[in-house]
Amino acid sequence: MNDSVLKTLTVSFVVCLFCSLIVSFAAVSLRDAQNLNKLNDQRIKILKTAAIYNPEESIESQFVRLTPKFVDFSNGLLLDEFEDLDLTTYDPVYFSKQADYSTPVPADLDIAIVKNKENIGKIYLLKDFNNNLEKIILPIRGYGLWGTLYGYIAIDKDLNTIRGLEFYEHKETPGLGAEVDNPKWKALWDGKKIYKDGVIEIAVIKGKVDKSNKMADYQVDGLSGATLTSRGVTNMLAFWFSESGYQETLSKINYDS
Amino acid sequence: MTVKQYKEVLTKPLLDENPITLQILGICSALAVTSNLSVTLVMCVALTSVVSFSNLFISLIRNYIPSSVRIIVQMTIIASLVIVVDELLKAYDYETSKKLSVFVGLIITNCIVMGRAEAFAMKEKPFISFIDGLGNGLGYSVILIAVAIVRELFGAGTLMGYEILPLVSNGGWYPANNLLLLPPSSFILIGLMIWGIRAYKTDQIEANEFKLSKHATAPDLTKRELNA
Repeated sequence: MNDSVLKTLTVSFVVCLFCSLIVSFAAVSLRDAQNLNKLNDQRIKILKTAAIYNPEESIESQFVRLTPKFVDFSNGLLLDEFEDLDLTTYDPVYFSKQADYSTPVPADLDIAIVKNKENIGKIYLLKDFNNNLEKIILPIRGYGLWGTLYGYIAIDKDLNTIRGLEFYEHKETPGLGAEVDNPKWKALWDGKKIYKDGVIEIAVIKGKVDKSNKMADYQVDGLSGATLTSRGVTNMLAFWFSESGYQETLSKINYDS
Repeated sequence: MTVKQYKEVLTKPLLDENPITLQILGICSALAVTSNLSVTLVMCVALTSVVSFSNLFISLIRNYIPSSVRIIVQMTIIASLVIVVDELLKAYDYETSKKLSVFVGLIITNCIVMGRAEAFAMKEKPFISFIDGLGNGLGYSVILIAVAIVRELFGAGTLMGYEILPLVSNGGWYPANNLLLLPPSSFILIGLMIWGIRAYKTDQIEANEFKLSKHATAPDLTKRELNA
């Protein structure tokens, strides 16, 4: 009898057991390859932000042009070593979730809804062939409409001009907020300025930027139909270039050079 | 079973019993993943392997499945296969898996997979069920690929990412049809295909389910209005 209670339970149990074994086997045995893909994807985004990505060359060989540095957010210093952390594999986003390595952001300062910020950040320096600083690539993140957007921003050696912006993970609506991945929109960022007389002015505005406006250098076209995502990007920049973010670090780099 | 029967099971779903144009199943993903041919091809391979192997495994245990829980058992098998395919894509074709995003996971709810399991695999032997799955997967693929070729070629001027029609925005002569890049355009294309196929294969035309009654005549209306 196929329909007895015992038979029903047995068949269900055996099928579930068997299927779960196959699924766990697939997940575990493919995890390394998947993690490598994720890492490479992130590295490609960093290279693209720095505008030096060449799909024909291996990612590893291009990535050596970037020098990673720890950032101590308590004093803004750039470090090559910090305790026993490994500079090449250090992931600031992971450490922002570890209680020992992060600090909750006070609610009145948390405009980008970061919640917990890592104590030690990690940035990349792009140097030219004479070892002079060319660009700085900073990881940024902040809340959009459906979730946190994770990305990188490249700024010029004048420490005020944006050179590139890329997001490697977000949950925004395809066709609306997800247009943050649109190459045309991303190209608008090149050349925009962040600080005006020490005040953060960079913002994604509603509608198109009026070129004749004297603030045009500090404004980027809004994403139509995605007001909250646009606002999220503005807040994200306002947070990461403020004193709670990289402002102190940038002033120290300025002082060094 | 003879070779001829196997052949029939494999080729019938391509045109005569196509899951999309005759049974109108699996429309959701046909709208969502057809704006780019290379993504479409990966989706077709994913769906074809899921429907073939789910048919095979379900047919293997068809005599042991209690009818009270048969749908759940089928779903468990289908869902496991889909997760395996998703994991494989994430490991070996990360770019495409990012573009397909949730649509690989949504193969679980694709009516073609469930429909073939219920209609075929629960009754027939394993090998022929596998062939049936393969045929239906290919039938789905034929339509998807046709839609994707039209959408990518006339919507973006490219095929598999290679430029065929140089766009005006890139200094060429072809003004892109942006409607084709939006999902609703697949509705129009699939509709036109159904029309074309049914004009050619008239036995696919369905009989009317009801007849319209005659319009009410003018005196009737006035009488009713007077009563009200």
